[in-house]
Amino acid sequence: MEAFGLLLHGFAVLLTWKTLVLMMVGLVLGIFVGVLPGLGGPNGVAILLPLTFTMDPTSAIVMLSCIYWGALFGGAITSILFNIPGEAWSVATTFDGYPMAQKGRAAEALTAAFTSSFIGSLVAVLLITFLAPMISSFALKFGPPEFFAVYLLTFCSFVGLGREAKHKTVISMSLGLLLAGIGMDTVSGNLRMTFGSPELLRGINFLVAVIGLFGISEILLTMEERLALRGHAASISLRVVLSVWKDLPKYWVTLLRSSFIGCWLGITPGGAIAASFMGYNLAKRFAKEPESFGKGRIEGVFAPETAAHASGTSALLPMLALGIPGSGTAAILLGGLMVWGLNPGPLLFVEHKDFVWGLIASMYLGNVVGLVLVLTTVPIFASILRVPFAAVAPMIVVSCAIGAYAIQNAMFDIWLMLGFGVVGYVFKKIGIPLAPFTLALVLGNRAEDAFRLSMIGSGGTLKVFWSNGLVGSITTLAIVLLFWPVIDGLLGRVGWRQRDKLAIKD
Amino acid sequence: MRIPVKAVGAATALLLSTPAFAGWEPAKPVEIVVAAGAGGASDQMARMMQAAIQKNNLMKQPIVVSLKGGASGAEALMYMKSSEGDPNKVLIAYSLIYMLPLSAKIPFNWRELTPVSVVALDQFVLWDNSAGPKTVKEFVAAAKAASAPFKMGGTGSKREDHVLTVFLEQKTGAKFSYLPYKSGGEAATQLVGNHTEANVNNPSENLEVWRAGQVRPLCVFDKERISYTSKVTDTQSWADIPTCKEEGVDVQYLMLRAMFLPGKVTAEQQAFYVDLFHKVTQTAEYKDYMEKQALKPIFLTGKDMVQFLEEDDALNKSLMTEAGFVAK
Repeated sequence: MEAFGLLLHGFAVLLTWKTLVLMMVGLVLGIFVGVLPGLGGPNGVAILLPLTFTMDPTSAIVMLSCIYWGALFGGAITSILFNIPGEAWSVATTFDGYPMAQKGRAAEALTAAFTSSFIGSLVAVLLITFLAPMISSFALKFGPPEFFAVYLLTFCSFVGLGREAKHKTVISMSLGLLLAGIGMDTVSGNLRMTFGSPELLRGINFLVAVIGLFGISEILLTMEERLALRGHAASISLRVVLSVWKDLPKYWVTLLRSSFIGCWLGITPGGAIAASFMGYNLAKRFAKEPESFGKGRIEGVFAPETAAHASGTSALLPMLALGIPGSGTAAILLGGLMVWGLNPGPLLFVEHKDFVWGLIASMYLGNVVGLVLVLTTVPIFASILRVPFAAVAPMIVVSCAIGAYAIQNAMFDIWLMLGFGVVGYVFKKIGIPLAPFTLALVLGNRAEDAFRLSMIGSGGTLKVFWSNGLVGSITTLAIVLLFWPVIDGLLGRVGWRQRDKLAIKD
Repeated sequence: MRIPVKAVGAATALLLSTPAFAGWEPAKPVEIVVAAGAGGASDQMARMMQAAIQKNNLMKQPIVVSLKGGASGAEALMYMKSSEGDPNKVLIAYSLIYMLPLSAKIPFNWRELTPVSVVALDQFVLWDNSAGPKTVKEFVAAAKAASAPFKMGGTGSKREDHVLTVFLEQKTGAKFSYLPYKSGGEAATQLVGNHTEANVNNPSENLEVWRAGQVRPLCVFDKERISYTSKVTDTQSWADIPTCKEEGVDVQYLMLRAMFLPGKVTAEQQAFYVDLFHKVTQTAEYKDYMEKQALKPIFLTGKDMVQFLEEDDALNKSLMTEAGFVAK
């Protein structure tokens, strides 16, 4: 129980008034940043990083990581109330969160989102606490074939488990992969599909696309439907919170499954985005009535939120232990660590115990304080909704534009965002799902690089994807998931069906 | 009206304090533009400068680091090119300024920017996994004997690491499969995990995994050994690493780390930054950083710098041409 002693030491480092105040400040800033579409965790942390240079490393990382937790919590608010994901990993939360809000169950959806965020983070922190040394050596097992297998798994689970027509998912994913190819190709060192334009050099930024596809297209759709207020008011009463919590044990399978997926993808840098989608799709797959998903089911909120937060939190582990950031925000925190003279790596755990365990302790405290804070301040953030839509819409468009601009300080990105807004609108009209598109845009590049590096390394044989137990089982699982509908059909014919044991009302 | 008055006040204050380089001073926050991703060697250096400038009050305006690592750093180059006349942006450049225009036909020429100063030279070291061969000779023998592709990791394609790999092949007669990763950090981890046999990372990129005993430095690609003699690991210092020439492989390469302003800025503006970065190289933060990351100290400015750049450019161009990396 060495870890336990060290953790207690971490709490001792943390429990000073100064640190606690910084924690609160960080959380409030984070929620704010999370609510604004596009601004998001990575940008928030990046903007506030210079503020912390005068602080000691422990206070600084506590504040920055609290901004991160805050942003993780805040992203859910706009997803549920406005159908605009504040963060890319909140996209899957909109699938059922928004329909719930439409049915007047916004408070329940929000409580579910916050609570499951909390549970996801908690599981991940527990994991970090007790498995840190072991996991850092596990992550080292990941070479190009393993990375590709994980990406393949994510893609396949989308096609095989998604609720939309398969061909539409594939169309959407292919378009995303195509756009992901724009810009510099790391493997050959050449430019692709830039057509001589310096603006296209950097490629299409994922966040710019997401803001347009989800935010702007939603505004366009709403305008078409005669400017009706589509956001939903919410205030959370203690009664609602307690009733949601009372039902929690019923969903333990979903929560556990999503936590597991999240931790796994966070540590093997698959990312919170992939985790939230995978969590959602699996919950749906194993549910009794999969067709009720997307119409406002509380499990549809639990599953992606738990996974996203478990992943967001556990992404810090490879960053601390190996210096590999599992997410964009982790990458910025990594930059911060170096400013304070701390070099992430296996030795960080040995040489800077105060710092590492102070940070881990702050994950526990930050999440508890964050949960309370976010439950009590929802009415404030949701009060934007009492303003008429005609006034809110321009504000949302402006904040989307600022968000898109701020990512790379590029005017071109605002035009791109508007373009994606139109694309999103058309896609929604003709029933092509947006999620596979965004997923392919974010993972396409990495999946391609991983595949080509595997091919260079193996001399061009596909056997490399079955060259050891780890990569072999992930690849096989991916292929099983891709053909899951067929396999499921065959199994169904012989009278066996995988069922979630839980009875779900509604 | 308030702002101009303040600016005049600030300018007079500077006049009184540093009579030599008075005249111009930034009126807006200054951006250090990094042509690489978060956590890479350029980013770390920019953060060090940011901290050194702020802690020692070398400038009134705040300084921010902006990461423009898109398209393997081409994003930063195009950004600087399009910021002509803007004295609030400083690029922290490395050899990509010569290589990218050649390999990817990026319409960029460093002569269009305003040179400020060369602040350091970065080394390259041949590393292998600590479980691998112990000397360069054994390493070359292992590479020659390997039946499966012998994998060399590195950052990017047709860049410094790739060029070095090609020259290693030419000098030793061994054959490597070059795996281009997105960053030096990734190349380091992949070596530790035994997914590659070796890499040619900068000292800073492999420092932590070396200290943890996971990789072994075989030789440094320079005429002379690194000068820092304090122990980095339990038994070794940077100076203990032999040069590749000593080990019978005559390949040398050093990479510049230099500061540039956009084109068409005034002489006073240029002078301000020359002075600023000169002061930075005097700070404890800079000295500490140089030693920790095993960088070679250097400070060139004005004519010396331009001459250095021209020679360095010619050298890089001939290496790139010989390696066959120049786009037609």
